[in-house]
Amino acid sequence: MHVESEIHFRDAAAKALLDPQLRANFRRAMDGLISKRRAQFPDPRDLQDLRDLSTAIRSRSLLNLPDLLEQLEASCRKNGIQVHWAETCEQANELILGLLQAKGAKTLVKGKSMVSEEMHLNAFLESKGIEALESDLGEYIIQLDGETPSHIIMPAIHKNKDQIARQFSQKIKDAKYTEDVDELTAMARKVLRQKFLDADAGLSGVNFAVAETGTLCLVENEGNGRMSTHVPPLHIAVMGLEKVVARLEDVAPLYSILTRSATGQAVSTYFNLISGPRGTGEKDGPQEVHLVILDNGRSRIYADPQLRATLRCIRCGACMNHCPVYTRVGGHAYEAVYPGPIGKILTPQMEGVGVRHDLIHGSSLCGACAEVCPVEIPIPEILVRLRREATHEDAGSKVEGRGTGRTATEDWAWRLWAGVLKRPTLYRLAAWFATRFGKALPTGAPLIKDWTRTRTKPVPARRSLQERMRAEGARHD
Amino acid sequence: MSSKPTKVYFYGTCLVDLFFPDAGMAGIQLLREAGLEVIFPQGQTCCGQPAFNCGYWEEARDVARTQVALFPQDLPVILPSGSCAGMMKVHYPELFHGQPDEAKVRAFSARVFELTQFLVEVLDVKLKDLGEPVKVTWHSSCHAVRDLGLKGEPQSLIGQLSNVTLAPLAREHECCGFGGTFSVRQPEISGAMSCDKAADAEATGASVVLSTDGGCLLNVNGTLEAKQSPLRVQHIAEFLWERTHAR
Repeated sequence: MHVESEIHFRDAAAKALLDPQLRANFRRAMDGLISKRRAQFPDPRDLQDLRDLSTAIRSRSLLNLPDLLEQLEASCRKNGIQVHWAETCEQANELILGLLQAKGAKTLVKGKSMVSEEMHLNAFLESKGIEALESDLGEYIIQLDGETPSHIIMPAIHKNKDQIARQFSQKIKDAKYTEDVDELTAMARKVLRQKFLDADAGLSGVNFAVAETGTLCLVENEGNGRMSTHVPPLHIAVMGLEKVVARLEDVAPLYSILTRSATGQAVSTYFNLISGPRGTGEKDGPQEVHLVILDNGRSRIYADPQLRATLRCIRCGACMNHCPVYTRVGGHAYEAVYPGPIGKILTPQMEGVGVRHDLIHGSSLCGACAEVCPVEIPIPEILVRLRREATHEDAGSKVEGRGTGRTATEDWAWRLWAGVLKRPTLYRLAAWFATRFGKALPTGAPLIKDWTRTRTKPVPARRSLQERMRAEGARHD
Repeated sequence: MSSKPTKVYFYGTCLVDLFFPDAGMAGIQLLREAGLEVIFPQGQTCCGQPAFNCGYWEEARDVARTQVALFPQDLPVILPSGSCAGMMKVHYPELFHGQPDEAKVRAFSARVFELTQFLVEVLDVKLKDLGEPVKVTWHSSCHAVRDLGLKGEPQSLIGQLSNVTLAPLAREHECCGFGGTFSVRQPEISGAMSCDKAADAEATGASVVLSTDGGCLLNVNGTLEAKQSPLRVQHIAEFLWERTHAR
């Protein structure tokens, strides 16, 4: 059964391409990130060694995932962290609502968390009368405008300084217009500082959860993660179930490759190791810490030996920084929580390869993403696999929406293609016609029409290579 | 390969066959000049990459099988394309995984070479430049570098030409936007990438852009022509042949 996609990456991308400001913002930002990352890895052998190690750690973690998750739960409990499991985003939202309501919490201050974006937690809580305020500067900026993140680690990267200056002067009470970055930051800081002190609860994501010690690791640059997790009396951490690693020593290489791949930083400004609520006699820290572990389709991805590599991701964003498509259209065109190359393989696996057919074909398969991925996720290979799953149902496949991207037209086209190309005499005939009459093809013909938007019509040579080699009498046995 | 072979197969690829036969002829001549007998099996069509990339693996296999059958002898198979060589060398084993003829296909894949890789690594050719001074730039094709692992072989061949200056291309490793069916499925994004590539190439001040791949050639040339630029992309085989032979 064919499912018509309601979302069209092509249309959204085409619109984005017409916005010169957006394109300039992304190009400048991505070029900067590419060169900062490059500076962090001067020796290609060192980089490869670290990638191999990181890939091995993530693969080993996934291999033992069910056991590690059980161990994590036990270690967390021992540390006083209460662990909750959610199969779906709805369950996770309800769980968090329950935790907040039990404490009578009306305000929640959030550190950056992509899983909470996946859950659309803010909108859910607001519908229940609870204010959820983003405290990461980038997240705060986009929340002011009711936007979603356009990049997984730099959510407001689609905006430049001038745009933010205008926005702050309009949206923040008593703010004067300034383009000075320090002054702009100070404005947001002033608002947020009070919110941290007043909030009834704090929420954060998790970069790595250590099974042996029950430690939640949080990487950040602004200190807002520490404030969100330490100041309010209740801390709720949310993570996808793939984030677990076995041992504390696994964290160091992953942390190092994460910050260097992501922002080109040797280390982040803050690195939090959260190992439980405030202890007896301690003067700070929350009274309660909860960990919500979300599945949302990850178990299904996990069940497939090839697709499992998707879950190695440590969310550094290097794939999008280096992606020629993302760089030109930005994150919003993907109409997905996770944009860029990782989003192109993750979103269709979560939402269905049929309904997100647009995304899996939105790639030239250039391979720039896989080349820089710190955990060597073979993104182009997985894209091709998902393209196959969208049109064909592999035996034993569990891929969401498998076979639902198939159309009679495309089936027919590939059958015709193979019918000609597996018969040399037919190909020879087609080549003869192409070389003699290819010039006469109208520019409005299907495919040619799309090709010639920005290019001249391709004109075949007057005689094919095969024809010339035949004429030459070259040996062909 | 320890000793140099005396005979090789040449696989033209469909794009070179139909659009760039001069590049194919030049590749064959370069191999002949290095002392090799070149066997060009008739019946060549396409490596099957478009169907493979779109998820139509059965159709891709049908076509790939007929191609593998054309090269029965244990001889190197040389392609003037990084993308098609990558398909035959790297992706055929995936495509035939678990098929009854997997072993046969794997043996074939092991014999596949991209032309410049073969000229440098296996033949270690020495070129003598006979041309006028010229400035060129190099566009590296994604699959030549990332699938096949080319490590500067084309640039080292260009470097042998005494009168040729190689100007660096900004974002040399960024895709030109061709991507096979991508160019017509996502014409807006593909077109934007192609236009940027054309602009970067023009900014080098080179009088010719060189590349290994018919797809990039077709794409960037069409874009340059549409913007009425005098600059063109030429296949490296054709360029090397012209430079080493006075007209």
